[in-house]
Amino acid sequence: MFEFLARFFGKPSSSATAKERLRLVLLSDHLSLAPDVVEALKHDLIEVISRYVDVDAANCDVTFEQQEKRVAMLANVPILAMRARPMPRRTTPRKPAGTAPQPAADAPANGVPRAPGRAKRKRRRQADPSAPATAGLSPA
Amino acid sequence: MSARRIVITSGKGGVGKTTTTANLGAVLAKRGHRVILVDADIGLRNLDLVLGVEKRIVFDIVEVVEGRCQLRQALIKDKRIENLSILPAAQTRDKTAIGELQFAQVIEQLGEMCDYVLIDCPAGIEHGFRNAIAGASEAIVVTTPEVSAIRDADRVIGKLHERSLPLRLIINRIRPEMVRSGDMLSVDDVTDILSAELLGIVPDDEEVIDTTNKGEPIGLQVESRLGIIYDKIARRLEGDLVPFTQLSTPGFFGRLFRKAG
Ligand SMILES: Nc1ncnc2c1ncn2[C@@H]1O[C@H](COP(=O)(O)OP(=O)(O)O)[C@@H](O)[C@H]1O
Ligand SMILES: [Mg+2]
Repeated sequence: MFEFLARFFGKPSSSATAKERLRLVLLSDHLSLAPDVVEALKHDLIEVISRYVDVDAANCDVTFEQQEKRVAMLANVPILAMRARPMPRRTTPRKPAGTAPQPAADAPANGVPRAPGRAKRKRRRQADPSAPATAGLSPA
Repeated sequence: MSARRIVITSGKGGVGKTTTTANLGAVLAKRGHRVILVDADIGLRNLDLVLGVEKRIVFDIVEVVEGRCQLRQALIKDKRIENLSILPAAQTRDKTAIGELQFAQVIEQLGEMCDYVLIDCPAGIEHGFRNAIAGASEAIVVTTPEVSAIRDADRVIGKLHERSLPLRLIINRIRPEMVRSGDMLSVDDVTDILSAELLGIVPDDEEVIDTTNKGEPIGLQVESRLGIIYDKIARRLEGDLVPFTQLSTPGFFGRLFRKAG
Protein backbone atom coordinates (compact mmCIF):
# COMPACT_ATOMS: atom_id res chain seq x y z
CA MET A 1 0.00 0.00 0.00
CA PHE A 2 2.79 2.39 0.84
CA GLU A 3 4.40 1.53 -2.47
CA PHE A 4 1.19 2.33 -4.24
CA LEU A 5 0.89 5.70 -2.53
CA ALA A 6 4.50 6.52 -3.19
CA ARG A 7 3.97 5.84 -6.87
CA PHE A 8 0.75 7.74 -6.88
CA PHE A 9 2.62 10.79 -5.70
CA GLY A 10 5.12 10.64 -8.49
CA LYS A 11 8.01 8.52 -7.34
CA PRO A 12 9.64 7.26 -10.54
CA SER A 13 9.26 3.52 -11.01
CA SER A 14 12.35 1.38 -10.76
CA SER A 15 11.72 0.01 -14.25
CA ALA A 16 11.92 3.52 -15.70
CA THR A 17 15.22 3.99 -13.91
CA ALA A 18 16.43 0.64 -15.21
CA LYS A 19 15.51 1.56 -18.77
CA GLU A 20 17.33 4.87 -18.64
CA ARG A 21 20.43 3.33 -17.06
CA LEU A 22 20.46 0.58 -19.67
CA ARG A 23 20.17 3.06 -22.52
CA LEU A 24 23.17 4.91 -21.27
CA VAL A 25 25.31 1.89 -20.55
CA LEU A 26 24.52 0.20 -23.87
CA LEU A 27 25.31 3.38 -25.70
CA SER A 28 28.69 3.61 -24.08
CA ASP A 29 29.22 -0.11 -24.79
CA HIS A 30 28.43 0.49 -28.46
CA LEU A 31 30.52 3.60 -28.84
CA SER A 32 33.24 2.49 -26.47
CA LEU A 33 32.62 5.73 -24.59
CA ALA A 34 32.50 5.89 -20.82
CA PRO A 35 29.08 6.88 -19.37
CA ASP A 36 30.47 10.10 -17.95
CA VAL A 37 31.78 11.05 -21.39
CA VAL A 38 28.29 10.59 -22.79
CA GLU A 39 26.91 12.79 -20.03
CA ALA A 40 29.52 15.44 -20.80
CA LEU A 41 28.62 15.28 -24.48
CA LYS A 42 24.96 15.91 -23.69
CA HIS A 43 25.86 18.80 -21.48
CA ASP A 44 28.13 20.45 -24.03
CA LEU A 45 25.63 19.98 -26.81
CA ILE A 46 22.93 21.80 -24.89
CA GLU A 47 25.40 24.50 -23.96
CA VAL A 48 26.28 25.12 -27.61
CA ILE A 49 22.66 25.31 -28.67
CA SER A 50 21.86 27.76 -25.90
CA ARG A 51 24.43 30.18 -27.31
CA TYR A 52 22.04 30.76 -30.17
CA VAL A 53 18.61 30.23 -28.68
CA ASP A 54 17.10 30.38 -25.23
CA VAL A 55 16.44 26.79 -24.34
CA ASP A 56 14.39 25.24 -21.62
CA ALA A 57 17.40 23.56 -20.03
CA ALA A 58 15.35 21.69 -17.46
CA ASN A 59 13.36 19.92 -20.14
CA CYS A 60 16.10 19.11 -22.60
CA ASP A 61 16.26 15.51 -23.58
CA VAL A 62 19.16 13.96 -25.41
CA THR A 63 18.71 10.32 -26.25
CA PHE A 64 20.47 7.74 -28.29
CA GLU A 65 18.69 5.29 -30.44
CA GLN A 66 19.84 2.04 -31.92
CA GLN A 67 18.96 2.10 -35.60
CA GLU A 68 19.76 -1.20 -37.26
CA LYS A 69 23.52 -1.35 -36.99
CA ARG A 70 24.28 2.20 -35.96
CA VAL A 71 23.45 4.52 -33.13
CA ALA A 72 21.76 7.86 -33.71
CA MET A 73 21.72 10.76 -31.31
CA LEU A 74 18.43 12.62 -30.98
CA ALA A 75 18.26 15.93 -29.16
CA ASN A 76 14.91 17.30 -28.14
CA VAL A 77 15.58 20.85 -27.03
CA PRO A 78 12.54 23.03 -26.26
CA ILE A 79 13.18 26.61 -27.38
CA LEU A 80 11.85 29.43 -25.24
CA ALA A 81 12.90 32.27 -27.54
CA MET A 82 15.39 33.14 -30.23
CA ARG A 83 18.29 35.23 -29.15
CA ALA A 84 18.62 38.59 -30.92
CA ARG A 85 22.17 37.72 -31.89
CA PRO A 86 24.34 34.78 -31.12
CA MET A 87 26.29 34.99 -27.90
CA PRO A 88 29.79 36.25 -28.68
CA ARG A 89 31.65 33.44 -26.90
CA ARG A 90 33.42 31.15 -29.33
CA THR A 91 36.01 28.55 -28.76
CA THR A 92 36.89 27.96 -32.41
CA PRO A 93 37.61 30.66 -34.96
CA ARG A 94 34.67 31.39 -37.19
CA LYS A 95 34.82 30.42 -40.83
CA PRO A 96 34.85 33.34 -43.30
CA ALA A 97 31.50 35.10 -43.06
CA GLY A 98 28.93 35.07 -45.81
CA THR A 99 26.29 32.63 -44.67
CA ALA A 100 23.04 33.61 -43.04
CA PRO A 101 23.53 36.05 -40.19
CA GLN A 102 21.69 34.02 -37.62
CA PRO A 103 21.94 30.31 -37.09
CA ALA A 104 18.75 28.41 -37.41
CA ALA A 105 17.44 26.50 -34.46
CA ASP A 106 17.60 23.27 -36.32
CA ALA A 107 21.18 23.65 -37.49
CA PRO A 108 22.87 20.27 -37.38
CA ALA A 109 24.92 19.93 -34.26
CA ASN A 110 27.97 18.77 -36.16
CA GLY A 111 28.50 22.18 -37.74
CA VAL A 112 27.58 21.37 -41.32
CA PRO A 113 26.87 24.67 -43.11
CA ARG A 114 23.21 25.47 -43.24
CA ALA A 115 21.37 25.40 -46.48
CA PRO A 116 19.88 28.71 -47.53
CA GLY A 117 16.15 29.26 -47.36
CA ARG A 118 15.63 28.39 -43.75
CA ALA A 119 14.36 31.84 -42.80
CA LYS A 120 10.72 30.92 -43.09
CA ARG A 121 11.12 27.83 -41.05
CA LYS A 122 12.95 29.78 -38.42
CA ARG A 123 10.12 32.24 -38.07
CA ARG A 124 7.65 29.46 -37.74
CA ARG A 125 9.62 28.00 -34.91
CA GLN A 126 9.73 31.38 -33.28
CA ALA A 127 5.98 31.57 -33.36
CA ASP A 128 5.77 28.28 -31.59
CA PRO A 129 8.19 28.42 -28.71
CA SER A 130 7.44 24.90 -27.63
CA ALA A 131 8.65 23.44 -30.92
CA PRO A 132 11.63 21.25 -30.24
CA ALA A 133 14.82 21.38 -32.23
CA THR A 134 15.96 18.01 -33.30
CA ALA A 135 19.59 17.50 -34.03
CA GLY A 136 20.62 14.21 -35.52
CA LEU A 137 24.09 12.92 -35.84
CA SER A 138 25.32 9.42 -36.06
CA PRO A 139 28.78 8.30 -35.09
CA ALA A 140 30.54 6.33 -37.78
CA MET B 1 17.34 -30.83 -46.68
CA SER B 2 19.57 -30.04 -43.78
CA ALA B 3 18.05 -29.19 -40.41
CA ARG B 4 17.62 -25.79 -38.82
CA ARG B 5 20.50 -25.40 -36.42
CA ILE B 6 19.51 -23.02 -33.63
CA VAL B 7 21.87 -21.90 -30.91
CA ILE B 8 20.25 -20.82 -27.62
CA THR B 9 22.45 -18.20 -26.03
CA SER B 10 22.37 -15.31 -23.55
CA GLY B 11 25.78 -14.10 -22.43
CA LYS B 12 24.80 -14.19 -18.76
CA GLY B 13 24.46 -17.48 -16.92
CA GLY B 14 21.35 -18.62 -15.11
CA VAL B 15 18.82 -16.80 -17.29
CA GLY B 16 17.24 -19.96 -18.71
CA LYS B 17 19.19 -21.23 -21.73
CA THR B 18 19.16 -24.85 -20.62
CA THR B 19 15.52 -24.65 -19.53
CA THR B 20 14.57 -23.16 -22.88
CA THR B 21 16.56 -25.73 -24.86
CA ALA B 22 15.00 -28.67 -23.02
CA ASN B 23 11.41 -27.44 -23.10
CA LEU B 24 11.42 -26.07 -26.61
CA GLY B 25 13.11 -29.23 -27.86
CA ALA B 26 10.52 -31.42 -26.15
CA VAL B 27 7.63 -29.40 -27.57
CA LEU B 28 9.08 -29.41 -31.10
CA ALA B 29 9.48 -33.19 -30.89
CA LYS B 30 5.90 -33.51 -29.64
CA ARG B 31 4.86 -31.57 -32.69
CA GLY B 32 6.37 -34.27 -34.86
CA HIS B 33 9.80 -32.87 -35.71
CA ARG B 34 12.96 -34.88 -35.30
CA VAL B 35 14.94 -32.93 -32.71
CA ILE B 36 18.50 -33.30 -31.43
CA LEU B 37 19.63 -31.24 -28.44
CA VAL B 38 23.33 -30.52 -28.05
CA ASP B 39 24.87 -29.56 -24.74
CA ALA B 40 27.71 -27.22 -25.67
CA ASP B 41 28.57 -26.43 -22.08
CA ILE B 42 31.65 -28.62 -21.82
CA GLY B 43 32.78 -29.12 -18.25
CA LEU B 44 29.42 -27.98 -16.85
CA ARG B 45 27.00 -30.42 -18.34
CA ASN B 46 23.41 -29.84 -17.28
CA LEU B 47 21.02 -30.47 -20.11
CA ASP B 48 21.01 -34.23 -19.42
CA LEU B 49 19.90 -33.55 -15.86
CA VAL B 50 17.09 -31.19 -16.84
CA LEU B 51 15.87 -33.80 -19.33
CA GLY B 52 16.26 -36.63 -16.83
CA VAL B 53 18.59 -38.77 -18.95
CA GLU B 54 21.72 -38.34 -16.83
CA LYS B 55 21.95 -42.03 -15.93
CA ARG B 56 22.04 -43.14 -19.52
CA ILE B 57 25.08 -41.25 -20.75
CA VAL B 58 27.77 -43.45 -22.22
CA PHE B 59 29.70 -41.20 -24.58
CA ASP B 60 29.89 -37.44 -24.99
CA ILE B 61 30.63 -34.87 -27.65
CA VAL B 62 34.37 -34.73 -26.92
CA GLU B 63 34.65 -38.47 -27.40
CA VAL B 64 32.84 -38.11 -30.69
CA VAL B 65 35.30 -35.47 -31.86
CA GLU B 66 38.25 -37.55 -30.70
CA GLY B 67 36.97 -40.50 -32.69
CA ARG B 68 36.40 -42.76 -29.67
CA CYS B 69 32.85 -43.50 -30.75
CA GLN B 70 30.38 -42.98 -33.56
CA LEU B 71 28.17 -39.93 -33.40
CA ARG B 72 25.06 -42.13 -33.27
CA GLN B 73 26.43 -44.05 -30.30
CA ALA B 74 26.72 -40.88 -28.25
CA LEU B 75 23.13 -39.80 -28.88
CA ILE B 76 20.65 -40.58 -26.11
CA LYS B 77 17.07 -41.10 -27.23
CA ASP B 78 14.42 -39.82 -24.89
CA LYS B 79 12.20 -42.71 -23.80
CA ARG B 80 9.10 -40.62 -23.21
CA ILE B 81 9.15 -38.39 -26.27
CA GLU B 82 9.65 -39.91 -29.66
CA ASN B 83 11.99 -38.05 -32.01
CA LEU B 84 13.92 -36.36 -29.20
CA SER B 85 17.63 -37.09 -28.68
CA ILE B 86 20.44 -35.40 -26.84
CA LEU B 87 24.17 -35.23 -27.41
CA PRO B 88 25.69 -34.68 -23.97
CA ALA B 89 28.66 -32.47 -23.15
CA ALA B 90 31.76 -33.90 -21.49
CA GLN B 91 31.74 -33.30 -17.77
CA THR B 92 35.34 -33.98 -16.83
CA ARG B 93 37.06 -32.27 -19.72
CA ASP B 94 38.29 -28.76 -20.19
CA LYS B 95 36.15 -26.45 -22.31
CA THR B 96 39.01 -26.02 -24.78
CA ALA B 97 38.90 -29.75 -25.64
CA ILE B 98 37.10 -28.96 -28.92
CA GLY B 99 37.67 -26.26 -31.50
CA GLU B 100 35.17 -24.29 -33.57
CA LEU B 101 35.71 -26.25 -36.74
CA GLN B 102 35.23 -29.62 -35.05
CA PHE B 103 32.14 -28.38 -33.33
CA ALA B 104 30.69 -27.08 -36.56
CA GLN B 105 31.36 -30.44 -38.22
CA VAL B 106 29.46 -32.31 -35.51
CA ILE B 107 26.51 -29.93 -35.84
CA GLU B 108 26.52 -30.32 -39.59
CA GLN B 109 26.48 -34.11 -39.28
CA LEU B 110 23.61 -33.93 -36.80
CA GLY B 111 21.79 -31.68 -39.22
CA GLU B 112 21.69 -34.54 -41.70
CA MET B 113 19.92 -36.71 -39.14
CA CYS B 114 17.02 -34.50 -38.01
CA ASP B 115 14.86 -31.40 -38.55
CA TYR B 116 15.98 -29.24 -35.63
CA VAL B 117 19.33 -29.10 -33.87
CA LEU B 118 19.09 -27.00 -30.70
CA ILE B 119 22.45 -26.01 -29.22
CA ASP B 120 22.53 -25.13 -25.54
CA CYS B 121 25.27 -22.48 -25.35
CA PRO B 122 27.44 -21.94 -22.28
CA ALA B 123 27.52 -18.55 -20.55
CA GLY B 124 30.05 -15.96 -21.64
CA ILE B 125 31.30 -14.85 -25.04
CA GLU B 126 34.58 -16.72 -25.12
CA HIS B 127 35.66 -20.10 -26.39
CA GLY B 128 32.51 -22.05 -25.50
CA PHE B 129 30.29 -19.41 -27.04
CA ARG B 130 32.27 -19.31 -30.28
CA ASN B 131 32.06 -23.10 -30.47
CA ALA B 132 28.33 -23.14 -29.87
CA ILE B 133 27.58 -20.59 -32.59
CA ALA B 134 30.08 -22.06 -35.05
CA GLY B 135 27.68 -24.54 -36.61
CA ALA B 136 24.45 -22.62 -36.09
CA SER B 137 22.24 -21.18 -38.82
CA GLU B 138 20.17 -19.01 -36.48
CA ALA B 139 20.02 -17.98 -32.83
CA ILE B 140 17.59 -17.55 -29.96
CA VAL B 141 18.75 -15.03 -27.41
CA VAL B 142 17.32 -15.64 -23.95
CA THR B 143 17.21 -12.81 -21.45
CA THR B 144 15.43 -11.89 -18.26
CA PRO B 145 14.03 -8.39 -17.63
CA GLU B 146 17.06 -7.39 -15.55
CA VAL B 147 19.71 -4.82 -16.37
CA SER B 148 22.72 -7.13 -16.26
CA ALA B 149 21.07 -9.86 -18.33
CA ILE B 150 19.97 -7.31 -20.92
CA ARG B 151 23.39 -5.75 -21.16
CA ASP B 152 24.95 -9.16 -21.72
CA ALA B 153 22.26 -10.05 -24.25
CA ASP B 154 23.18 -6.89 -26.10
CA ARG B 155 26.82 -7.97 -26.24
CA VAL B 156 25.80 -11.35 -27.58
CA ILE B 157 23.49 -9.79 -30.15
CA GLY B 158 26.42 -7.70 -31.37
CA LYS B 159 28.52 -10.85 -31.76
CA LEU B 160 25.71 -12.63 -33.62
CA HIS B 161 25.32 -9.66 -35.97
CA GLU B 162 29.04 -9.89 -36.74
CA ARG B 163 28.42 -13.44 -37.90
CA SER B 164 25.25 -12.40 -39.74
CA LEU B 165 23.27 -14.96 -37.74
CA PRO B 166 19.55 -14.16 -37.70
CA LEU B 167 18.23 -14.01 -34.15
CA ARG B 168 15.08 -13.70 -32.10
CA LEU B 169 14.48 -13.00 -28.46
CA ILE B 170 12.86 -14.98 -25.65
CA ILE B 171 12.18 -12.97 -22.52
CA ASN B 172 12.19 -15.36 -19.61
CA ARG B 173 10.99 -15.03 -16.03
CA ILE B 174 8.63 -12.12 -16.56
CA ARG B 175 6.50 -11.34 -13.53
CA PRO B 176 3.38 -9.58 -14.80
CA GLU B 177 2.35 -8.11 -11.46
CA MET B 178 5.79 -6.51 -11.09
CA VAL B 179 5.64 -5.13 -14.63
CA ARG B 180 2.28 -3.61 -13.88
CA SER B 181 3.48 -1.96 -10.72
CA GLY B 182 6.48 -0.52 -12.58
CA ASP B 183 9.01 -2.63 -10.71
CA MET B 184 10.10 -4.70 -13.68
CA LEU B 185 10.98 -3.84 -17.26
CA SER B 186 8.18 -4.81 -19.60
CA VAL B 187 8.43 -6.92 -22.72
CA ASP B 188 8.20 -3.78 -24.83
CA ASP B 189 10.96 -2.11 -22.84
CA VAL B 190 13.28 -5.06 -23.42
CA THR B 191 12.61 -5.47 -27.15
CA ASP B 192 12.92 -1.73 -27.51
CA ILE B 193 16.27 -1.55 -25.75
CA LEU B 194 17.68 -4.54 -27.60
CA SER B 195 15.88 -3.74 -30.88
CA ALA B 196 15.44 -7.42 -31.54
CA GLU B 197 12.49 -9.38 -32.83
CA LEU B 198 10.46 -11.17 -30.16
CA LEU B 199 10.00 -14.94 -30.29
CA GLY B 200 8.46 -15.63 -26.92
CA ILE B 201 7.56 -14.47 -23.45
CA VAL B 202 7.90 -16.96 -20.60
CA PRO B 203 6.64 -16.00 -17.13
CA ASP B 204 8.47 -16.79 -13.95
CA ASP B 205 6.74 -19.95 -12.85
CA GLU B 206 7.45 -22.53 -10.18
CA GLU B 207 6.38 -25.19 -12.66
CA VAL B 208 9.88 -24.83 -14.12
CA ILE B 209 11.49 -25.80 -10.82
CA ASP B 210 9.06 -28.65 -10.33
CA THR B 211 9.68 -30.17 -13.76
CA THR B 212 13.44 -29.64 -13.49
CA ASN B 213 13.46 -31.39 -10.12
CA LYS B 214 11.81 -34.40 -11.68
CA GLY B 215 13.80 -34.27 -14.90
CA GLU B 216 10.67 -34.00 -16.98
CA PRO B 217 10.60 -31.53 -19.82
CA ILE B 218 7.45 -29.43 -19.98
CA GLY B 219 6.45 -30.86 -23.32
CA LEU B 220 5.32 -33.96 -21.45
CA GLN B 221 2.34 -32.09 -20.09
CA VAL B 222 1.09 -30.21 -23.09
CA GLU B 223 -1.86 -28.83 -21.18
CA SER B 224 0.27 -27.25 -18.47
CA ARG B 225 0.63 -23.47 -18.22
CA LEU B 226 4.13 -23.50 -19.60
CA GLY B 227 3.39 -26.28 -22.06
CA ILE B 228 1.02 -23.92 -23.84
CA ILE B 229 3.58 -21.14 -23.82
CA TYR B 230 6.40 -23.25 -25.26
CA ASP B 231 3.99 -24.64 -27.81
CA LYS B 232 3.33 -21.11 -29.06
CA ILE B 233 7.06 -20.48 -29.30
CA ALA B 234 7.48 -23.69 -31.28
CA ARG B 235 4.75 -22.61 -33.69
CA ARG B 236 6.41 -19.24 -34.19
CA LEU B 237 9.64 -21.05 -34.98
CA GLU B 238 7.78 -23.10 -37.56
CA GLY B 239 6.70 -19.82 -39.15
CA ASP B 240 3.16 -19.38 -37.79
CA LEU B 241 2.04 -15.90 -36.84
CA VAL B 242 0.96 -16.57 -33.28
CA PRO B 243 -0.12 -13.33 -31.61
CA PHE B 244 1.45 -12.30 -28.33
CA THR B 245 -1.04 -11.88 -25.54
CA GLN B 246 -0.47 -8.83 -23.43
CA LEU B 247 0.90 -9.71 -20.03
CA SER B 248 -0.20 -6.40 -18.64
CA THR B 249 -3.92 -6.90 -19.19
CA PRO B 250 -5.70 -5.91 -16.00
CA GLY B 251 -7.27 -8.75 -14.10
CA PHE B 252 -6.44 -11.44 -11.65
CA PHE B 253 -2.75 -12.13 -11.17
CA GLY B 254 -3.34 -15.83 -11.52
CA ARG B 255 -5.06 -15.41 -14.83
CA LEU B 256 -2.31 -13.18 -16.09
CA PHE B 257 0.19 -15.98 -15.85
CA ARG B 258 -1.82 -18.01 -18.24
CA LYS B 259 -1.93 -15.15 -20.67
CA ALA B 260 1.78 -15.19 -21.42
CA GLY B 261 3.01 -16.06 -24.83
N1 LIG C 1 10.61 -19.28 -16.38
C1 LIG C 1 11.21 -19.69 -15.25
N2 LIG C 1 10.54 -19.66 -14.08
C2 LIG C 1 11.14 -20.07 -12.94
N3 LIG C 1 12.41 -20.50 -12.86
C3 LIG C 1 13.14 -20.55 -13.99
C4 LIG C 1 12.59 -20.15 -15.24
N4 LIG C 1 13.55 -20.30 -16.19
C5 LIG C 1 14.64 -20.78 -15.55
N5 LIG C 1 14.42 -20.92 -14.23
C6 LIG C 1 15.37 -21.41 -13.23
O1 LIG C 1 16.54 -20.63 -13.30
C7 LIG C 1 17.69 -21.39 -13.09
C8 LIG C 1 18.66 -21.22 -14.24
O2 LIG C 1 18.09 -21.74 -15.43
P1 LIG C 1 18.97 -22.43 -16.55
O3 LIG C 1 18.06 -22.82 -17.65
O4 LIG C 1 19.84 -23.48 -15.96
O5 LIG C 1 19.87 -21.19 -17.00
P2 LIG C 1 21.18 -21.16 -17.95
O6 LIG C 1 21.20 -22.42 -18.75
O7 LIG C 1 20.98 -19.94 -18.79
O8 LIG C 1 22.35 -21.02 -17.04
C9 LIG C 1 17.23 -22.83 -12.94
O9 LIG C 1 17.20 -23.14 -11.57
C10 LIG C 1 15.83 -22.83 -13.52
O10 LIG C 1 15.00 -23.78 -12.91
MG1 LIG D 1 22.87 -23.87 -18.86
